[in-house]
Amino acid sequence: MTRHTLSVLVENKPGVLTRVAGLFARRAFNIHSLAVGPTEHDDISRITVVVDVEARPLEQVTKQLNKLVNVIKIVELEDESSVRRELLLVKVRADAAQRTGVLEVVDLFRAHVVDVGPESVVIEAIGSPTKLTALLAALEPYGVREIVQSGTVAIGRGARSITDRALERVTRSA
Amino acid sequence: MAQGSTPAATPTPRPSGRGAPAAAPSAPPAIGPEEVTGAQSIIRSLEEAGVDVVFGIPGGAILPTYDPLMDSAKVRHILVRHEQGGGHAASGYAHVTGRVGVTMATSGPGATNLVTALADANMDSVPVVAITGQVTASLIGTDAFQEADIVGITLPVTKHNYLVTDPDDIPRVIAEAFHIAATGRPGPVLVDIAKSAMQARTTFRWPQTIDLPGYHPVTKPHAKQVREAARLLATARRPVILAGGGIVRAGASALLRRLVDASGAAVTTTLMGRGVLPDDHPQHLGMPGMHGTVPAVAALQRADLIVGLGTRFDDRVTGLLSSFAPQAAVVHADIDPAEIGKNVRADVPIVGDLVEVIADLLVELEREQAQHGKPDLEAWWRQIDAWRSTFPLGYDETDDGHLAPQHVISRIGEITGPEAVYVAGVGQHQMWAAQFIRYQRPRAWLNSGGLGTMGYAVPAAMGAKVGAPDRTVWAIDGDGCFQMTNQELATCTINDIPIKVAVINNSSLGMVRQWQTLFYESRYSNTDLHTGHGTVRIPDFVTLAEAYGAVGLRCETKADVDATIKKANEIDDRPVVVDFTVSRDAMVWPMVAAGVSNDDIQYARGLTPAWDRED
Repeated sequence: MTRHTLSVLVENKPGVLTRVAGLFARRAFNIHSLAVGPTEHDDISRITVVVDVEARPLEQVTKQLNKLVNVIKIVELEDESSVRRELLLVKVRADAAQRTGVLEVVDLFRAHVVDVGPESVVIEAIGSPTKLTALLAALEPYGVREIVQSGTVAIGRGARSITDRALERVTRSA
Repeated sequence: MAQGSTPAATPTPRPSGRGAPAAAPSAPPAIGPEEVTGAQSIIRSLEEAGVDVVFGIPGGAILPTYDPLMDSAKVRHILVRHEQGGGHAASGYAHVTGRVGVTMATSGPGATNLVTALADANMDSVPVVAITGQVTASLIGTDAFQEADIVGITLPVTKHNYLVTDPDDIPRVIAEAFHIAATGRPGPVLVDIAKSAMQARTTFRWPQTIDLPGYHPVTKPHAKQVREAARLLATARRPVILAGGGIVRAGASALLRRLVDASGAAVTTTLMGRGVLPDDHPQHLGMPGMHGTVPAVAALQRADLIVGLGTRFDDRVTGLLSSFAPQAAVVHADIDPAEIGKNVRADVPIVGDLVEVIADLLVELEREQAQHGKPDLEAWWRQIDAWRSTFPLGYDETDDGHLAPQHVISRIGEITGPEAVYVAGVGQHQMWAAQFIRYQRPRAWLNSGGLGTMGYAVPAAMGAKVGAPDRTVWAIDGDGCFQMTNQELATCTINDIPIKVAVINNSSLGMVRQWQTLFYESRYSNTDLHTGHGTVRIPDFVTLAEAYGAVGLRCETKADVDATIKKANEIDDRPVVVDFTVSRDAMVWPMVAAGVSNDDIQYARGLTPAWDRED
């Protein structure tokens, strides 16, 4: 199994996420994480999908995705040439005795406390999947009560934009 | 235009980007604006899309659309008896004419009844547009009466689908639906339209262009890949062309013939591709696969080059994948990039419309042969001819006094001739019809290849007859299949659609019974249908036919076969059903059992060719 990150530009229309997710399900492709959001163009949404596949099936994944009428473009983002981030919100047990220790961890990982209660804090952290895993490991001894985590979002390094050409096409047809 | 012929739209909307037809010299005159209801907009859109016939059934949610349909001078509506029949009829029409077939149904059960027919068309790449009524927009999601999420349900079995709630979207969506269905790899497109959108006022304007930013079928093949394919074809010593149904959809049969003649290669035509090269062509080895001929299967297994054209290397063709054609380099050309490398690794992948692919390949092949001469294929043909003479397609006479089904089917083909259309259901009769009718042209053979839908034959034959009224249309059906969709005989009789149905009646679910014989120790669990000779004959197909206003004939002896077929062929004012009572012990041979290597093909039960002696 290898892990690949695909950026999928899709038309911003109802039901497109269902089409993409349904395709993964029926072709027996394994989704590791999925994140959807708007782009700089109103008509285009961007899906970042992390899939667990072997090399040949990855080609099948992209070809099958490309067949969806609402899918405009697919780009695989390689680890070394892209920046990838996840957002983590974690509720940690932190009474007066523990709080200092928890806050030290927060500082070390350049995370933030976004909510404080007498018994707990909510920490917000943004980072690569590895960093967030390490943060969670460091918080574990204090008692992790609840975790919510976004899918990976990723963008290529450098000046080139994957939306440029796709946008041209949409603008032309708009 | 991509694969599939032009839907006879007048004017055809001009798609943007790649996959566009040769651009019209000037923009077509604008059509509309017309102030209409959404329902009228649907009918106007169908008219502008060039639709001449719709197979459908009205119901609550589609009712507003049936009212203006009544007044359309261009669109003929044929009232079917079941939505599945309407869907298969649209497929049969599309398959025979190359144009988009259209079916219409109401919401809920009307739409869900279409699912099998849409899945069938999707697997066999048939251009079909289905228009379904949906409950009023404000009720969607409330479990309203006759509500079903048909867009969700058909998502995996259509090429694309739409839900329309805004009446202003109707012309654009219908234009897109026809474009998507007919271009690239053809397929079914469903358009679900809310009743409220049909009832609302709107402005009808037929779109002048189609803009689908994510839909650009590649039709022009890559020159370098075509050159490489030509080089392989010019130098291979054991070449086989594997010709599939994509050649029918592309309208590339004549070009294929030229390629076959120029290359000297052996050719095998898949179940979906039967007829793309005439069966009497000397290089034609017959059908490959599970019930293919020994020469076709053996040639694929021993080939040093396979050129797959418009085929998807289905598991029924390859047998056990790991042992398929072990020595062959593979050239795979298809309009759908996702088919290439899906099952079989392609050494030379070519994405494009087969008309362009084969035309380019011919040019490059001639150039190669001009430089290097034609390859010496004599040894290859000597080997193939040895297989052909040792293992010709054939069958055993029956010993129970009943007809040999293979004899009946081959006589139907011989007496009716190659210009007729033959439509099969699924099972033994389908395989025999693929094996024993000699196909000499494309669009003469229709069957449910990918999905394997029992009950396909009668409604698809009906659609084929509507699309090609001057051709004789024979449904070659089984007694099991026939009982699934024979209600469309009523549609045929009432609408003057005189199809002929040969019920190859072995009183059982024959193919399942064959597997029970071979793999389940002859334990015949639930395969006896009690329709044959010496049974209660429920139903009696002759009186059933008569109840539908069709002619019912029965044929039980070999001496009567020819006369019965001729009599059926002479009747042209109503449908004919012939009950051929055949032996239930007849089996389909050759056979490669499921999941087994093609090398283990059995010519007859327990008889596998001794390849080593042959080689």
